Amino acid sequence: MSDASTTAEPSSAARVPLVELRNIRVSFGGLHAVDGVTVDLYPGEVVGLVGGNGAGKSTLMHTLSGAHPADSGEILIDGEVVAIHNPRDARLHGVEVIYQKLALADNIDAAGNVFLGRELHSKSGSLDDSAMASATQKVMHRLNPRFKNLVSAVRSLSGGQRQSVAIARAVHFNARILIMDEPTAALGPAETSQVRDLITQLKAEGIGIFLISHDIHDVFDLADRISVMLQGKLVGTVNKHEVTMDEVLAMIIVGKLPGEVSREEMAELHGESVPDQHG
Amino acid sequence: MTEAQAPPATEATASSARSWKDLIASTEIDTRLFGMVLALIVIWIGFHAMSHGDFLTSRNLWNLSVQSASIAIMATGMVLIIVSRNIDLSVGSLLGFLGYTMAMVQTDWLPKTLGVGLERPYTWIVALAVGIALGAVIGGVQGFIVAYGGVPAFIVSLGGFLVWRGLIFRLGKKGQTLAPLDHNFQLLGGGAQGSLGEWKSWALAILACIAIVFSLTMSRRRRQRYDLTLRPIAIDIGLGVLGCAAVLGAIGLIANRYESPITHKPTGVAYPVVILIIVTLAMSYLAQRRRFGRYVFAYGGNPEAAELGGINTRKTIMLTFVVMGILCSLSAAVQTARLNAAVTNLGVQNELDVIAAAVIGGTSFSGGVGTIPGAVLGAVIMQSLRSGMVLLRIDSPSQDIVVGVVLVTAVTVDAMLRVKRRTGVAGALLTGLIISAIVIQTGRGS
Repeated sequence: MSDASTTAEPSSAARVPLVELRNIRVSFGGLHAVDGVTVDLYPGEVVGLVGGNGAGKSTLMHTLSGAHPADSGEILIDGEVVAIHNPRDARLHGVEVIYQKLALADNIDAAGNVFLGRELHSKSGSLDDSAMASATQKVMHRLNPRFKNLVSAVRSLSGGQRQSVAIARAVHFNARILIMDEPTAALGPAETSQVRDLITQLKAEGIGIFLISHDIHDVFDLADRISVMLQGKLVGTVNKHEVTMDEVLAMIIVGKLPGEVSREEMAELHGESVPDQHG
Repeated sequence: MTEAQAPPATEATASSARSWKDLIASTEIDTRLFGMVLALIVIWIGFHAMSHGDFLTSRNLWNLSVQSASIAIMATGMVLIIVSRNIDLSVGSLLGFLGYTMAMVQTDWLPKTLGVGLERPYTWIVALAVGIALGAVIGGVQGFIVAYGGVPAFIVSLGGFLVWRGLIFRLGKKGQTLAPLDHNFQLLGGGAQGSLGEWKSWALAILACIAIVFSLTMSRRRRQRYDLTLRPIAIDIGLGVLGCAAVLGAIGLIANRYESPITHKPTGVAYPVVILIIVTLAMSYLAQRRRFGRYVFAYGGNPEAAELGGINTRKTIMLTFVVMGILCSLSAAVQTARLNAAVTNLGVQNELDVIAAAVIGGTSFSGGVGTIPGAVLGAVIMQSLRSGMVLLRIDSPSQDIVVGVVLVTAVTVDAMLRVKRRTGVAGALLTGLIISAIVIQTGRGS
């Protein structure tokens, strides 16, 4: 179910993947949250990570972001094994995360949040707020030109604006690898489409994106390849153009690759009203 | 930002209210701080009227400044502790312990144990340095247990509350009162000699005015350099003039107007107040312009985000307690020097006053919110209440009642303002005022 079933390769298979997670295992107590999963990501590519609740998508990404290191397995960036023990390590390798809950300090302004943990300072060691505000203004101009409120605490911003701040944080520091954990979960339709545009734009800039999502439509619109997880294991990775949405749903729910699903199982899937894509 | 293009207000009152709001917003002044200044002015005028003109005298205000200093110094540190979602109940006991230790240094350890004698020119420096170092270490130990041991700060500092007070009785003199203290050390308490005097106070005032103008210009330049929106120049000039006027007024009308009853010369700014000014500036700088301060506030606002941002949150928390310990030692020096003695009950209940000052000054227990100048103002407000009630001859238990009522009222008003419930604000203010008035009226003339 793990290595052998990884059927899909991106078109440019000769290149070295930007990231490769090999045989990653994470357990909490006796529970194997991630059990020997291998996935990879190429520059300028979006890989959708899908699966029901508790499938281990977020936990897998935590090993790459440094939020929760893996118990075993290897992380390769540009083909070389790297050690990621904490968020700081991850950032050194150009890994940035946009969390579901955004992870913003609500009481601090946009610039303070963009630079949180990596503040600019003058020679004397004082924070250089003006430089940070100016840099934030520049990034924002690229991401969300209507965003002008640099002085208010982010608490007073709208969901989309807060999302812009979280994304600006990743973009400003020249992320090469972006992990987006349910980036549109808390957003309205207009803001969602804004985020989608942004993902397309970042992709064009050569950034590799892991997109964790419950929403199969989101994934089908944005991802190049889709990796499906079920109960901590990788069901398989497929090229989006080679599968139907039904087949991916079958992977999510039954845990079988497109060729393996029987007609009865397919029928059963359709018999159920809406498969549990929202967990 | 799109709201700015809303259709023009139909009523003149609405548009003028908006322009007022815009004006206040463009000054970028903390409205909460502004509200506290207003409350302070109301309290001062109220007591002035009730005491038939005894409150707003240079003598009373000078005393008020000295009496507020010790609590205000510690309150600036308590802000950082509470902002990062902790509490320190040990400050009063720690103050007592550090004060007693500093007194031991100058009355016993230096002169007798080391045999260098009393009243050396360096005595006060050694005593103070020992106090500061010990304060930092003790704060660091408490902070270490909180940050790395994961023990709630309430428990750790409750332990400290008992331990440091108890240890006073285990030091050399078993809790005897230690007096008199070194003459130079006494100056830290702001007695007859313990102030800047006339010309130095003016020099300080001029220095402060230059600093105000300089910092306004610098911040304007920085913004210009980075093409950020500038405040209207009139507002900057207005703020500068207002700031300088306040400084010159405080020196000219209070500090230098008050003549020492002993020397019959203008006393100028008392040393405890000088220490408070330096502490306030240093702590504001630390809170706003250093990474450490940014991390304290980020942690208070969202501990998870701070952690994910790669901030060393444990070190940050531990350092807040180190800072608190250092500030306790400064307050301990001020209080022992003022008494010219170290006594065992020095600093009893100070932890409550310090926490109250920080909270009245707008520090929120939910974390992430609080300002250093606010805490200083909070301390001044509390001391103004006490001092005013003393002038009205209100007994000390009644004073406690009023301070308690004001504390709860202030926090309630703040909470109501945050959810924009005007009736709630008015109700809380009115209830607080009525209870305070009844307590003051019935507590008078005893």
